[in-house]
Amino acid sequence: MEIRPIFASLRKHRIPACLIVLEIALACAVLCNAVFMISQRVSDIHLGNAIDEQGIATVVLRGTDDNLVGSDIPRNLAALRGIAGVNAVAVTSTLPLSHNNWGWSFGLDPDATISDQKSHNVSLYFVGEGADQALGLRLLQGRFFNGDEYAGSKFDTAPLPETHVVVVTQSLAKKLWPGQSALGKTLYSMPHYYTVVGVVADVLRPAFGNQAGPYIYDSTYYPLSAGGSKGVLAYYVIRSAPQDRERIMREAEQKLADLNPGAVTKAQTYSDIREKYFADMSSMAWMLVLVCVVMLAVTAFGIVGLTSFWVGQRRRQIGIRRAVGATRGHIMQYFQTENLLLTSVGVAIGMGLAFGINIYLMQHYEMSRMPWYYLPGGALSLWLLGQASVFGPAQKAASVPPVVATRSV
Amino acid sequence: MFAYYLDLALRSLKRNKVLTALMVLAIAVGIGASMTTLTVVHLLSGDPIPGKSGVLFFPQVDPENPARADHTEPYPAMDYRSATDLWNAHRADRQALVTSSPVKVRAPETGRPPLILSMLSTTTDFFPMFEVPFQYGAGWSAQDDANHARVAVISADLNAKLFGGANSVGRSLRVRDTDVRIVGVLKPWRPTPLFYDPWSQNFSKTEDVFVPFTSSMEINEGNFQAYTCWHVPDDTHHLQNSDCVWVWLWAELDSPAKASSYARFVADYAEQQKAMGRFAIGKEHVRVRDVMTMLTARGMVPDDVRLQAWLASAFLAICLFNAVGLLLAKFLRRSGEIGVRRALGASRRAIFSQCLVEAGVIGLLGGFFGWLLTLTGLWLVRQQPVDYAHLAHVDTAMFLTTFVTAVATSLLAGLIPALRASRVVPAWQLKAL
Repeated sequence: MEIRPIFASLRKHRIPACLIVLEIALACAVLCNAVFMISQRVSDIHLGNAIDEQGIATVVLRGTDDNLVGSDIPRNLAALRGIAGVNAVAVTSTLPLSHNNWGWSFGLDPDATISDQKSHNVSLYFVGEGADQALGLRLLQGRFFNGDEYAGSKFDTAPLPETHVVVVTQSLAKKLWPGQSALGKTLYSMPHYYTVVGVVADVLRPAFGNQAGPYIYDSTYYPLSAGGSKGVLAYYVIRSAPQDRERIMREAEQKLADLNPGAVTKAQTYSDIREKYFADMSSMAWMLVLVCVVMLAVTAFGIVGLTSFWVGQRRRQIGIRRAVGATRGHIMQYFQTENLLLTSVGVAIGMGLAFGINIYLMQHYEMSRMPWYYLPGGALSLWLLGQASVFGPAQKAASVPPVVATRSV
Repeated sequence: MFAYYLDLALRSLKRNKVLTALMVLAIAVGIGASMTTLTVVHLLSGDPIPGKSGVLFFPQVDPENPARADHTEPYPAMDYRSATDLWNAHRADRQALVTSSPVKVRAPETGRPPLILSMLSTTTDFFPMFEVPFQYGAGWSAQDDANHARVAVISADLNAKLFGGANSVGRSLRVRDTDVRIVGVLKPWRPTPLFYDPWSQNFSKTEDVFVPFTSSMEINEGNFQAYTCWHVPDDTHHLQNSDCVWVWLWAELDSPAKASSYARFVADYAEQQKAMGRFAIGKEHVRVRDVMTMLTARGMVPDDVRLQAWLASAFLAICLFNAVGLLLAKFLRRSGEIGVRRALGASRRAIFSQCLVEAGVIGLLGGFFGWLLTLTGLWLVRQQPVDYAHLAHVDTAMFLTTFVTAVATSLLAGLIPALRASRVVPAWQLKAL
């Protein structure tokens, strides 16, 4: 295919050609970054979380008397166990993705303090007996807490419980003690210290910032007795078969409300908690999808409109070419090649622009580096879009009869 | 002449309906997307208390000791001692201590189930300072503050929930375990963003119960939470003497002279505390910012919204390129007609203005549909699970901006094509006829 005539005719239409190139460049740059943002959000929404998400319902009980929780909690738990279909029940201080985050910084040396810059920030989960069963935690090493450890742990005036055992997640264990077993190691925040007795599969923190980072699984678990909980243990976690969950949740809320007339209850399935946490992200992702689709449509319309105009303008030229022996295929190819050239220049600029925008976003927003394959991916989709939108006008051009050459336009 | 051009423009637009529709659509979509996000950005970065934001100041000191090396700004809250020291000095025209905590609230007489609400602990000046509107009653007095009076002001929302919106002044409310007397009921009040608290980008509702600072320390003892601590408190239930920041101070200073003298006063205080060994950093970390400066410093507009605004601007640019290309195609297709008109005596100017009128008509149509799309877009934003959703409404200013932007955009887009069209050489076109 001879491309010199194409250049010659493009030189005559410099402004429209430049406009199309700019439009494609901008579309390519926006598309790459938008798709990258969408993929990041989608992967955030699907973050793994090693608890029985489908089987857990929770009732949060607030406004109870802190002095009576020692007897109230066992009574409430017993009542919940009586509901048909309940597999396990326990109380905890919070749940993953519940936004109710209690963070603390621990060091690995006995002299570590909370304001040490070396210390590691983790989320604290205080759990009552049976929480491993109720949550469906997957134990990977060591053990969960025993009855004595639950009974012996309580809150005094300090913000950390008086116990010396902790269970950590696998990611946190690997981060704090790379290449070693975490069992028997100790977290310090003097005068408190906690020795790791077990490692569980990764459970998300109750809350993390807008973006998932390497810190999202930094969760730690501490035993806590009902009597020494000072109102911290407010989440009643009820585990059942997924199909029973809604009914059991309603019954559980009713039971707790009846047993604790002065308190405030709030029931939620775990799936709802998770969905609510990511609602922001998923609506942003849908918005980005919408923008991409409309943007590509507008770009395609632009190409269709301009090519149609060029076809109309060149009817006579096409007629002459057809008259002197060009096939319909030749005419089609002419317009397709022209579009390919314009799109190629556009995506070349667009890829540079996309890279630049990504760098800018990395500096000003919590954005990570875009993997290289997004650039050729964006380029490819614009090439395809260009070819698809030029097809109609090109076919119209190919159907110009040679006899046009003998008439005036 | 304008009427004639308009007639020509309409005829020409009718001649090729598909192309016209494409152009109008391109402009409308670009305008719709960009105006939707710009409206949201405009509303989010608005002044929460117009008229007074220049005289309300948020003093900050840095009580952290020892100071962290990576800590270049003071926390947006104070420790109890610094806040009360500065408040007790009464150096401002009006001043308010503020902190919030969750609390259980019941209205025993109504028999309704208890609620867990957010309670604002503050001092008497809070209401006049922030121009809080009252439906019934009024705020409490300075005497009430000093006497730890058991009184409360409630929000319109809570009044509707508990008392069906009736005048509830004089009725009693059980806040945790203490009975307090309602002295005031607010009208619906929702400053946006919620500027008086330390959390950035907070577009949530105001608190539902307002109680004198001194009384609330007793009523809700143990339930106050720290913004942050630099030493582990010995007793989490008593933050008064802890190394934690959890109280915010506001000062109203009616003149620039008072503002600078107040800033000096806070700096002196910080220096004096440093000399005493309580602060590690003195006046270097003192900030006395007015409302808008403080909001800008802590970042008003959420990242997602700023990203959307960027995206929408890129989108508008794409639509603009599109419109220019299509207009160019449209005008140059009529080169023959333009050639004839030029040959018959029309000046370049006349051709140029005729083309611009046509571009303007497309702009108006695009602006109209763009405005409809903006309304749809804002409706979509209102359906989003974000706490600023309630704000997304078009105001008159934004309505006018949309239209002006649309027409300006399409006139701009029409400029190059119109110039090109007016340069058509009549002789060539006449030959081709």
